[in-house]
Amino acid sequence: MNILINNLLLAFYILIGLFFLAATVESWRDKTNPARWGTGLFWLLLAILFAAGQWIPNEINGGILLIIALLSLLKQVRVGKIKELDEKIANQTVKRIGNWIFLPSILLAILALVIAQFTKLGGQVGIGIAAIISLIVAMVLTKSSPKTVYEDTQRMVRSVGSAGVLPQLLATLGVVFTASGVGKITAKAISGLFPVGNHLLGVCLYCIAMAVFTAIMGNAFAAFAVITAGIGIPFVVAQGGSPVVVASLGMTAGYCGTLMTPMAANFNTLPVALMEMQDPLGVIKQQFPIAISMLVVHIVLMYFLAF
Amino acid sequence: MEYLSLLGILVIVIGFALGLDTVAVVVIAALVTALVSGIDFVSFLKILGKGFIDNRMVSLFFLTLPTIGISERHGLKTAAVNLIQKMKNLTPGRIFDIYTAIRELACLFGISVQGQVQFIAPLINPMAQAAGKVNGEMTELEVDQIKARAAASDNFGNFFAQNLFVASSSVLLISSTMKSLGYPISTSAVVLITIPIAVICYILCLLYNHAFDKKIKKGK
Repeated sequence: MNILINNLLLAFYILIGLFFLAATVESWRDKTNPARWGTGLFWLLLAILFAAGQWIPNEINGGILLIIALLSLLKQVRVGKIKELDEKIANQTVKRIGNWIFLPSILLAILALVIAQFTKLGGQVGIGIAAIISLIVAMVLTKSSPKTVYEDTQRMVRSVGSAGVLPQLLATLGVVFTASGVGKITAKAISGLFPVGNHLLGVCLYCIAMAVFTAIMGNAFAAFAVITAGIGIPFVVAQGGSPVVVASLGMTAGYCGTLMTPMAANFNTLPVALMEMQDPLGVIKQQFPIAISMLVVHIVLMYFLAF
Repeated sequence: MEYLSLLGILVIVIGFALGLDTVAVVVIAALVTALVSGIDFVSFLKILGKGFIDNRMVSLFFLTLPTIGISERHGLKTAAVNLIQKMKNLTPGRIFDIYTAIRELACLFGISVQGQVQFIAPLINPMAQAAGKVNGEMTELEVDQIKARAAASDNFGNFFAQNLFVASSSVLLISSTMKSLGYPISTSAVVLITIPIAVICYILCLLYNHAFDKKIKKGK
């Protein structure tokens, strides 16, 4: 079973590599993008890491990542021009099939969950299989050709852009932190201030630190790797807290911080500009009561569910 | 001098806070952490490369993009707008209630939309403004508050329901980070733990929006 799962995952990673290859070709062809060569190279390097990283020595994989970071640092990775969708097609299809247009998305979510829960294939393989089946359903439903699939795949991948690989990079940062013993040292520093072993104190510390660090950094994903290694594990999980409860609630506790910070520009500042609001902090002010209440809810739930 | 290892955390906190290039900040933070912890450069490259390859599962959500892309091309948004426009004779608070419910459902099915750009500014805010005016003109402050509340109702639904989708990047990141930290957990368990959060958040929103409607009505 494990061999089958690993082979399937490998096939999915190669498939993602092909998606990135499509993004490479289309980035290079986009003459309106002043950074088209850098952007294309960015996707090509990622395509190599996904499709072939398995067989490449890890030093070289690491070196490739450094080049990717350098390209990004030098502003050589840009989304470029993405063709706008034709509203006529949208209207025609909706007229023909109505709300059935939601079917592929719904199928995708349900299938992925069902395969994760009820088969031994696991969640990751579930996502891949669900993605392929729902894509076929979407193609039949909308009478789309493989050429449209290519077009939409490269369009979506390119518009997600470098933000799309950020979660994986942050997970990688977590690996480096673990290898460097960052978690242990943070825990030692904080345990000088707070006693380890008190369940409620540990839960409060972890949830509040997630919210505060997310607010400072404007990004819960980045805070998650740091704070979970440094506080969540030593102060809650190592004290007997359930890892799945602690980790799941830890991430959304961080989102309470996102609701309260101007650093999360996409969520809290963009609407101010879009709707020409007078109060630049208006959205945050409206979110504040819910953010604080939800933070308390997280602490209470984590305390009772984790132990 | 072991506290030097925490320099990488400083790099990432400051880098993100200053809004520097995120990809570069993360890789530099990793490099700094490794070097000050006494890991040599080649070993660092090895750890970095292996860490990235081992964590490819976090990016599996890319596989769902073609389906979402085709659905978008064929009017996913148009159909959603049609559904929302059936809401008539409602108060602003009720419009936000319904929108947040739709947003949470969209999260459940992995439909990620740019809510603020695609729905709040062009659709939900104008509808709520119109609904607010039914009982007479509103003050400038009230107009601004409705805008803010409309934006907030997207964020509430988006944040507290996104982990309901097993292939969302945040669920994958949670599970994969825990695996790196030595505590492997399953992605579907993360989804189950998220259910109470999504439900409680929604109930709080209902109460909050109800209070908002009352306040606007009282102002008349």
